Amino acid sequence: MSVESIRGRSLLGLEDLSREAVLEVLDTAETFVEVHSREVKKVPALRGRVVASLFYEESTRTRLSFETAAKRLSADVLSLAVASSSVKKGESLRDTIATIDALGIDAVVMRHAASGAAQAVSRYVPHVRVINAGDGLHQHPTQGLLDAFTLRQVLAERAGLDGPASGSSLFEGLNVLIVGDIRHSRVARSDVAVYTTLGATVRLAAPGTLLPPGVESWPVEVVGDLDEALGLADVVCLLRLQRERGSGTFVPGLAEFTRTHGLTIERYARLKSTAFVMHPGPMIRGVEIDSAVADAPNALVERQVANGVPVRMAVLYLTVAGLGREAV
Amino acid sequence: MRVVVRGGEVVGPDGPARADVGVEDGRIVIVGPDLEAPGDARVVDASGCWVGPGLVDLHTHLREPGHEEAETIESGARAAARGGYSAVVAMPNTEPALDTAAMVAFVQARGRDARVEVAVAGAITQGRRGELLAPMAEMAALGVRLFTDDGRGVQDPLVLRRAMEYARGLGVRVAEHCEDDRLAADGVMHEGALSGRLGLVGRPALAEELMVARDVELVRLTGCALHVMHLSSARALAIVTAARAEGLPVTCEVTPHHLTLDETAVEGYDPLFKVYPPLRPRADVEALTAGLAGGAIDAVATDHAPHAPETKDRTFDEAPPGMLGLEHAAALTLEALGGGDEAAAAFFALLSRRPARIAGLDRADARSGLGAHGGALVAGEDANLVVFDPRRHWRASRDELASRARNTPYHGRALTGRARALLVAGRVVLDGEELT
Repeated sequence: MSVESIRGRSLLGLEDLSREAVLEVLDTAETFVEVHSREVKKVPALRGRVVASLFYEESTRTRLSFETAAKRLSADVLSLAVASSSVKKGESLRDTIATIDALGIDAVVMRHAASGAAQAVSRYVPHVRVINAGDGLHQHPTQGLLDAFTLRQVLAERAGLDGPASGSSLFEGLNVLIVGDIRHSRVARSDVAVYTTLGATVRLAAPGTLLPPGVESWPVEVVGDLDEALGLADVVCLLRLQRERGSGTFVPGLAEFTRTHGLTIERYARLKSTAFVMHPGPMIRGVEIDSAVADAPNALVERQVANGVPVRMAVLYLTVAGLGREAV
Repeated sequence: MRVVVRGGEVVGPDGPARADVGVEDGRIVIVGPDLEAPGDARVVDASGCWVGPGLVDLHTHLREPGHEEAETIESGARAAARGGYSAVVAMPNTEPALDTAAMVAFVQARGRDARVEVAVAGAITQGRRGELLAPMAEMAALGVRLFTDDGRGVQDPLVLRRAMEYARGLGVRVAEHCEDDRLAADGVMHEGALSGRLGLVGRPALAEELMVARDVELVRLTGCALHVMHLSSARALAIVTAARAEGLPVTCEVTPHHLTLDETAVEGYDPLFKVYPPLRPRADVEALTAGLAGGAIDAVATDHAPHAPETKDRTFDEAPPGMLGLEHAAALTLEALGGGDEAAAAFFALLSRRPARIAGLDRADARSGLGAHGGALVAGEDANLVVFDPRRHWRASRDELASRARNTPYHGRALTGRARALLVAGRVVLDGEELT
């Protein structure tokens, strides 16, 4: 059952979104890019709405990006500092959400170390829009959307096309290669979903221990020869080793991981001259990506971060404003 | 005669026959058609029902001592009575664990005041830590016949070898929760494509299968009788079946939830469906269902695992594993057997006669004070019997449980078959589906 639009709904993952639903977010985000260049970087779209930000895991870019997005939409932002809150005293997720809900909120942006935490919250407070900002190993939907947005943006610029007008055409036949710790990556799960939905071909390369169980049922090809796959790729997405989730014990060592799966200068040379390099961050320079590669002109890392704001504005606007047609 | 169970189909080992059952002084005194009831006798209506031996649960977590907020011996026994059980085997993973004669005696004493008979399974190792043997002989002297560290298996093969050699000398049985802790690691659901997609860490079926295989080889070495608890994978069942074909003393149980739910139940991340071993894919469920009818599986046991609501309100990763079982198990077993009168003999074999033998409850034991269960329903036996209506349609509800806990995964599910009445040691503890 696929979701035709995220308007007025929670956004928990990307697996169920139709191509139309994804394109609606990307196109809406395009309209918010322009806000960034205004002198007053604010639109009244969510004036009077309350967005709570609830991060149970540390985060720099996602949290700042969401809170900036909410403020640019003129929403009031309730930001719960989990580390210094009643959560530390043992309060349950259900009670914390109930407390915040009692203050009157329209949406909650939520990150949690447990897969399914966003689903749980959407069960506890079904009248609140839940926007998943990363749940365990499961999904990180806004990252997937901003990755797709960034990719369409650069492909459209190169082709001299208008992004929204191009729809998903620039993804048709596009070869996306995702390299690294797929097993522990919620970004990989969201990226696979969004790229395949848009019509791209997705390949995965990882040490055997860092492929997820059941990957053969994913709509992807697992490549054995990374160097050969690099030569075919139009875009390479790198993922860091998630050592906080135990991935350190899945490979013999960082140096060996770099040798087998890092985007070193030598491997970078195998890429097509037109290929792009992406990384959702945080990057561990010298492990999965050589420092010089991270700073190369075709690396989109900073652009991904910058696009986080308009994409999250689009997600907040669509999910919270819902079917209403508020002025932008 | 004090009690006459009238109008039912008495299900002996070979199947049902219409008869009444007369009970006096805790025993069945006569089984025959159209018994006269003396004026002071209590008549239990069994019309349209099976009358069989009271059910015996090999695997009940009563939580007392230590977690009385989730269940007590008294409340667990009420749940058991509503489910049609005349006896339950209390698991030793309480706090503290049931790993000494004093702890066993405590539960036995509380059990004597409960509605159904409570047998105790003793821990294999001290504190269930898997390191040093618990005083099994002292516990056996109180009538303990089954030893397990359930909650986890004995991980160290040397410790289990010693336990089996020791148990064999005592004539008691070792029961294992078969999952290798290292392979199961931090897993919270079955490992496979679904766990990969949901981003939940998997517990591979291999964790169960390797431990079953290891334990079977230790049976071969030691000759100790082994009972495999809550067997859940098709491959593990094949290993047990092969061992039995060789004549090794290995028995196994499956749970109602592994027969009626599959791994897709966890898709919504609802911790009510979190259980170890985890719910498996459909193919495993089908293999277990086939094993049930084919005789490869000895018993259905509940693994009744009450948890206080706040603990199941956590995220899927954090919530404790386990689900309630006693009050719905009989109907779910009947469903897995395909229902109908032709299922009657298998139903009582799986839920009463064979588990009673495995637990050593098929004979009365003066040491524990427990009567005989799982009988043939003939005169002279202890009167532990259930009146079960195999055609009763009802709906499971978390709001209508005798258990203190509410963590049933079956809320709202349509069920067929329900205990109408229950006699424990000749006493009517359930009648008209109500506790008396």
